[in-house]
Amino acid sequence: MGKIVALTGNDAAGTAMVQIKPDVVAAFPITPQTELMHKFADAVADGEVDTEFVLVESEHSAMSAAVGAAAAGARVMTATSANGFALMWEIVYIAASNRLPIVMTLVNRALSAPINIHCDHSDSMGGRDAGWIQIHSENSQEVYDNLIQGVKIAENKDVLLPVMVTSDGFILSHTLERMEILDEEDVHRFVGEYKPAHTLLDVDHPVTFGPLDLPDYYFEHKRQQVLAMEEARRVILEVGKEFEKLSGRGYGFLEEYQMEGAERAIVALGSTAGTVKQVVDALRERGERVGLIKLRVFRPFPKEELLEALREVKVVAIFDRSHSFGSFGGPLFTEVRSVLYGSDISVEVLNYIYGLGGRNISLEEIEGVFSDLQGVIERGGVKERINYLGVRE
Amino acid sequence: MIEIRWHGRGGQGAKTGALFLAEAAIKEGKYSQGFPEYGPERMGAPMKGFTRIDDQPIKVHCDVASPQVVIVLDPTLLDAVDVGEGLKEDGILLVNTTQDPGWVREKLHITGRKIYTVDATGISIQEIGRAIPNTPMIGAFIRTTGLLKPETIYEDIRRKFGKKFDERVTEGNIRAIKRAYEEVKEE
Repeated sequence: MGKIVALTGNDAAGTAMVQIKPDVVAAFPITPQTELMHKFADAVADGEVDTEFVLVESEHSAMSAAVGAAAAGARVMTATSANGFALMWEIVYIAASNRLPIVMTLVNRALSAPINIHCDHSDSMGGRDAGWIQIHSENSQEVYDNLIQGVKIAENKDVLLPVMVTSDGFILSHTLERMEILDEEDVHRFVGEYKPAHTLLDVDHPVTFGPLDLPDYYFEHKRQQVLAMEEARRVILEVGKEFEKLSGRGYGFLEEYQMEGAERAIVALGSTAGTVKQVVDALRERGERVGLIKLRVFRPFPKEELLEALREVKVVAIFDRSHSFGSFGGPLFTEVRSVLYGSDISVEVLNYIYGLGGRNISLEEIEGVFSDLQGVIERGGVKERINYLGVRE
Repeated sequence: MIEIRWHGRGGQGAKTGALFLAEAAIKEGKYSQGFPEYGPERMGAPMKGFTRIDDQPIKVHCDVASPQVVIVLDPTLLDAVDVGEGLKEDGILLVNTTQDPGWVREKLHITGRKIYTVDATGISIQEIGRAIPNTPMIGAFIRTTGLLKPETIYEDIRRKFGKKFDERVTEGNIRAIKRAYEEVKEE
């Protein structure tokens, strides 16, 4: 049986790591991730885990050490934020392309400049094309649950891709909340022993990782990465169901909240989804047909599930906590609109860029978006497609 | 849902207090969040902490805009920040000061709402030997709101402090809470 505890998002992630007991962890401190590694380093120092904890001189080295250890056959975890993730960049791609099932917590933080330590999703969205599975978390509980599932998804022999689990910086990482942790033995049984099929240290079956791969084969290897990401769809659902049996908390690609008969909806990632739920509850009490689609998995992008969830919706607002400068809308908006094009679903799609650099998003602002959507239904047209929520202009 | 805002100066324990209350509420089987406002914080600079307590799961992760309770750990903050900002009409303002609640009301021109004061700095110096106003303020908080049981707080203090400090510190903190509970002044 699990145990009710009070943990911050960082402690929740640290606790998950202690229970998973990875063979190797390599990390470099960066706000707001630092406390997560404090928690794990404590467990290493106290002998609770026998993990090889590699203290490196930069995030580039952290991911490099993770890649080396994973290629050698170890179960490897790490964590970072924002500029730390940016410094890893080169190796982030290499981890995925070498099909190494590294699991990383990305404690979301705005990228510099100007320097800002608070939450937005410009770091994880910047890594969206790197070939990592990307799972977002609404609260501390989900940070913990997603990390445990992440290990099992990453290491599945049909997947073998790194998994990034996000945690909104400060909003989750430094907020103490009520959550449930599982028994350590249950976590062990769930993730199982990692038995990689191909490792550098298996000298009887020699393999090479990351050799020169010219126009003769590179494209085929990239195509295999695409297929692995497609396989991940099935595995993510299987692992989510299995986790439900263990914990009572089931997980899919997305959560439909009060979507029954909803004409207006918001699609959001991370902690903001919870705040939207509160507004949806209040508006539903007044008889308004509103709902939320909380996207949990951003990579692989859940096309079919999202289309199904939007089938009856008249107008939807896509919340982006990051921007792609010069593009037509934020990354989530672009993605959602792309899967809708050519489908048999006709729904008006608006984009709201919000919360950059940790700017608060209030209940009133979210309610305001739902009234904007009502306006679109009544007018029968969209005034502004791309909107900025809570910015001074 | 009850939302609480703590005002303190860096080093006075607004964050610790906010998280301590949240943890105690969770120990009592409630749902709770505790979080600080992170800025360029440094010793002595005004800062805030927040606690949410509810019997239902808490979904929101936005800022606390209109708290039910405001706790002020340092009387000099009354001249520096708008501690009454957004405080609900039937809310509670709890201030660490040697003055009476009427003095606070007049100074801040507050109408309605309940105001309480307690000399938390004096109590903590006498009982703990240091000016750590956050612990006694928890005693005044449970008295004025009736939200948590004193026993939960004492148990938590014993469990947490017992690991780090000797028994005199632990018991000093508990005495400080008990005294603030008794000595808090109402209008």
